[in-house]
Amino acid sequence: MLEAHAMASGMGGMRTAGDLVARMEMAKGMRINEAKEFVAKKLNVSIRELSDPIVMGAVRDELNLGLIQQMPDRPKGMEAKFRIAELLGIEINSVNRFKAKAGL
Amino acid sequence: MAKTMQRLGDGIVVEMTADEVRKAVEEGTSDAAGRAEVPELSEDEIKHIVDIYTRPERIVSVEPGKEVVLSHDEGTVKINAGVSGGAGLGIDCGRLVASELYERALGADIIEYGHIDYSYKPLRPILADERILVERTLLVTTAPFWYGAMPNLGLYTQPDGPFPNPTELLNKGMINEARESAEGMIEHAVRDMVYVGSGIYEAGADCINFDTTGAFGDVDFMATLTATEELKKRHPDIIINIGMAGEFVLGIHGGLKYDGVRLAGLWPHQQVKLAEKAGASTFGPVCNIVTSKSCPWNIARVITYMKACVKASKIPIHNNMGMGVGGIPLSDTPPVDAVTRASKAAVEICQLDGV
Repeated sequence: MLEAHAMASGMGGMRTAGDLVARMEMAKGMRINEAKEFVAKKLNVSIRELSDPIVMGAVRDELNLGLIQQMPDRPKGMEAKFRIAELLGIEINSVNRFKAKAGL
Repeated sequence: MAKTMQRLGDGIVVEMTADEVRKAVEEGTSDAAGRAEVPELSEDEIKHIVDIYTRPERIVSVEPGKEVVLSHDEGTVKINAGVSGGAGLGIDCGRLVASELYERALGADIIEYGHIDYSYKPLRPILADERILVERTLLVTTAPFWYGAMPNLGLYTQPDGPFPNPTELLNKGMINEARESAEGMIEHAVRDMVYVGSGIYEAGADCINFDTTGAFGDVDFMATLTATEELKKRHPDIIINIGMAGEFVLGIHGGLKYDGVRLAGLWPHQQVKLAEKAGASTFGPVCNIVTSKSCPWNIARVITYMKACVKASKIPIHNNMGMGVGGIPLSDTPPVDAVTRASKAAVEICQLDGV
């Protein structure tokens, strides 16, 4: 069922910009169009390109936002979340916790 | 007139002409509008639903650029055991690995899990173990992470909990005793939900999800609103999703009020206002499936309720669309034709922020 929804109406998560748009909804209470416009502006892409894996794969790689493919020397997990928090200008709870626990 | 393939709310295939589909949509929207006292769907919206549901393709979708965010109640737990005894795939992998699967193989915008005993009460004694797994999960995943469980006020009734079951007391005409028991249940549930919610937030989770809120009626809803308010006081930056169990809040207590509003009898467009007041960041309304009616009838009800909810809300709305809710057939394996039609129709007409 997850995949049926994903094919029908899902943004695609880390394949595209779905996780980033989700973070703006959660962190700032943005509705979907506002969240998409905000993220598109930050990434310098169009709204339609936000859900294009070809465009977003390149953008995510360039900006170190994390990719679904696990390749050497690319930010993963917490590393990518640091970059996402900085790019979007939001607080990410786990990032702040990591900084506190790591003494950063 | 040519017949089209449709399904009933239990997933069984039936054949309906386009005229019959239209009639079902009209009846569905009329049913929902009458119950919740919200506007019926417009002629254009009815036509759009009929168009979607009479297409011959197996899978339909929104246009590129019109996609929304997907969240997943209980989410990655389903890869393995499922929750509370069922619906899992039995693939022997832990929740951390399942989260990585959701994030990288299944395109999830938001990842989530909870414990297999998916309620807040049983989490209290094992919170430390859950915190450890959440902390580890957050190190290796990138997508937003929700931790979910159900308020499940029923667990606070005897023999599982300390309080006499209010519904049994009501059957005996013991109304005052039923209310007193319900109020005690709320106090205990709020204690557990705040304790667990705080712990998981401190572990680094992006969101605490109160799933199936309202399953025990207004008692349940009050506990969740109160717990949300308390958690926001303790942790102003905490993100909370309130996801409902049903379209209508049953009056088990009947006299409970939040911010001066009686909880019994509230519909989605009214529920969301209280969720906002309590401090919820996102809201997941529900419309329950009627298994004997067709999916077009059911989706018309869903969209009628959710249009009003989206319009009334100031926070993002993630309509619950799963097994038996949101126009999706009540089945452990919902058919892709039914799921994609419901998904497309609801997202396009309601202007949902997510599903």
